[in-house]
Amino acid sequence: MPRRIEWVYGWLLLTPALFLLFAFTHVPAVKTVVDSFFSTARGARPSTFVGLDNYRLLMEDPVFWQVFSNNVWYALITIPVSIALAIVMALWVDGKLTGRGFVRMAYFAPTVLPLIAVANIWMFFYTPGFGLIDQIRSLFGGAQVNWLGDPDLVLGAVIVVAIWKEAGFFMIFYLAALQSIPPSLREAAAIEGASRWTFFRRVTFPLLMPTTLFVSINAVINSVRLVDHIFVMTEGGPDNHSSLLLFYIYETAFKFWDTAYAATLTVVVLAILSVLAIGQFYLVDKKVHYR
Amino acid sequence: MSGAEIEIRALAKRWGETTAVDGISFTAEAGRFTVLLGPSGCGKSTTLRLIAGLEEASGGQVLIDGQDVTRAPPDKRQIAMVFQSYALFPHLNVAENILFGLKVRKVPAAERAQRLERVAALLGLSQLLERKPSQLSGGQQQRVALGRAIIAEKPICLMDEPLSNLDAKLRHEMRIELRALQRQLGLTMVYVTHDQAEALSMADRIVVMNQGRIEQTAEPKALYDRPATAFTARFIGTPPMNLMRLERAADGWRVAGAGGPALFDAAPADAPAGADGLLMGLRPEDVDLAAPDAPGQPALVDSIEYLGADNLVECRLGAERLVARVAHRRAVAKGETIRLAWPAAAEHLFDPGSGRRLDARRPADPAPRTARPTVDGAPQDGLSPRKTAKEHESHDDA
Repeated sequence: MPRRIEWVYGWLLLTPALFLLFAFTHVPAVKTVVDSFFSTARGARPSTFVGLDNYRLLMEDPVFWQVFSNNVWYALITIPVSIALAIVMALWVDGKLTGRGFVRMAYFAPTVLPLIAVANIWMFFYTPGFGLIDQIRSLFGGAQVNWLGDPDLVLGAVIVVAIWKEAGFFMIFYLAALQSIPPSLREAAAIEGASRWTFFRRVTFPLLMPTTLFVSINAVINSVRLVDHIFVMTEGGPDNHSSLLLFYIYETAFKFWDTAYAATLTVVVLAILSVLAIGQFYLVDKKVHYR
Repeated sequence: MSGAEIEIRALAKRWGETTAVDGISFTAEAGRFTVLLGPSGCGKSTTLRLIAGLEEASGGQVLIDGQDVTRAPPDKRQIAMVFQSYALFPHLNVAENILFGLKVRKVPAAERAQRLERVAALLGLSQLLERKPSQLSGGQQQRVALGRAIIAEKPICLMDEPLSNLDAKLRHEMRIELRALQRQLGLTMVYVTHDQAEALSMADRIVVMNQGRIEQTAEPKALYDRPATAFTARFIGTPPMNLMRLERAADGWRVAGAGGPALFDAAPADAPAGADGLLMGLRPEDVDLAAPDAPGQPALVDSIEYLGADNLVECRLGAERLVARVAHRRAVAKGETIRLAWPAAAEHLFDPGSGRRLDARRPADPAPRTARPTVDGAPQDGLSPRKTAKEHESHDDA
């Protein structure tokens, strides 16, 4: 086959994949950045170039700052707690334990369930008066609490759901990592008289660092990406107290139809995420031992 | 530091239906090098782990310096251990690996540094202290594992096949080094291996194990010269000892199906009564070609393995197979029928049922053949094959 035709064949074979990639990933991404410098077209008014106006608007938008701070708190609590829980659960089901297959499955179940379904289950738990939590509280004489209706409690309530959903997923990674640690290390430490805690602190935890890095980057991304339960449980309310960045972008774009401002929000969120991921990688990577 | 004695009493380990260690007893003397030797799955590693306290005994006792430590945790047993995989902590450098135990036990920093320096110098690790285990060769990793064991200054060192991951040359060097180190430090060493050459060259005392039981406990030379069971006979020596079935014929005992003169007239006195079969062991190096004018056992040459100085000649003797180590200069061809002879003292007889050594015919000190007790009092002649070997040696030298 002549060289030139080979070259054409190559591109023809790549075309379907390239078309899909460009149509749904690359072009929209570039378009989003471009759109963030234009105004939103409204009826007869076409979209015009506005420079950094959208970004200026964003800096002055109190709702953005509230949502941003919600998301920061959400991430600051969800990530460490779910990672710590994941490690504890993995250590627990890694040991000799009767029915550990069942326990592992139970821990992993929240990951398999769709977040929408999970959110509906938790809605029932949180229902004031006859929800599971309030029923248990009433046994001890507790008063009714509107978990999802109280601005002070709502963020905590959705954080609990996120942790419940995420910890089991991260546990799988830790469990895999734990099982790749040779048992002879534990025995060598036992002969030296190391306690379980010393062994964990000096050997197990450092050897889990690559997993922790991987999991924490995923957790950061998920803390922005996973908002399904907000749709079902609170719709960001009351008064934006449970709204997160991605949910706010969705509302702006598809409820208020302010696509230009939504594009601006998207660009900002992507920038924050990239900086975090890169920072995490460079900062932590030096301290991670890879086998 | 000086060694401590380990005494094992009826030690057993069972997992459900499987018995890994079946009530064994032996003593590893203080300051001596004891090797647990056996094929894989014989329970030797389990025994070592029971001594270390890494497994819980199902029965019996482990005594260290007279104290019962059967239920004591590993760190209360005055032991250090080197694992087959070395078990180095991959994220810690050499110095941290060696110092791990001292840090756990909160030894003061100044003393730690001092001991590290001494151990590193002893093992030639001084230049490598900052390296991670993955940056070391197999031999260096082995040394680090050894360093971690000896810096603890425990009187007992347990080793689980520590050389099996090294190449042949390094293994040989480490053997010599380990032995020297053990002597220098006066450690009680218990060393597990499946490599009989390793055991023979290093041990003061060898415990041969098979299927969870002890076959024989002896010094290397005794083990080689007087194996107590057919298993030990077969297991020790390269190439292994020939084991042939003997059967009773009208004129005495002979190799099953073989022609030629009978080997001897009467079964040993300690053979089971009325036995009509025996097992005879012969080391390949004890078998040689019979002199031209002397009687010998006719054998058909099956194959010849060329080794340089001598050849391993595999032949068929009656219904049995036999390997003879024959000097290279003696021409032997495949398919040829040769006549073999061996000294009487080289014959090891075993009970085919239990595998136990039968010694009554020939006392511990191989006596002249005339002292051989016989059942029927027949004259002590006609056992020429054994004589011929000697004759033929002098013949060769001439």
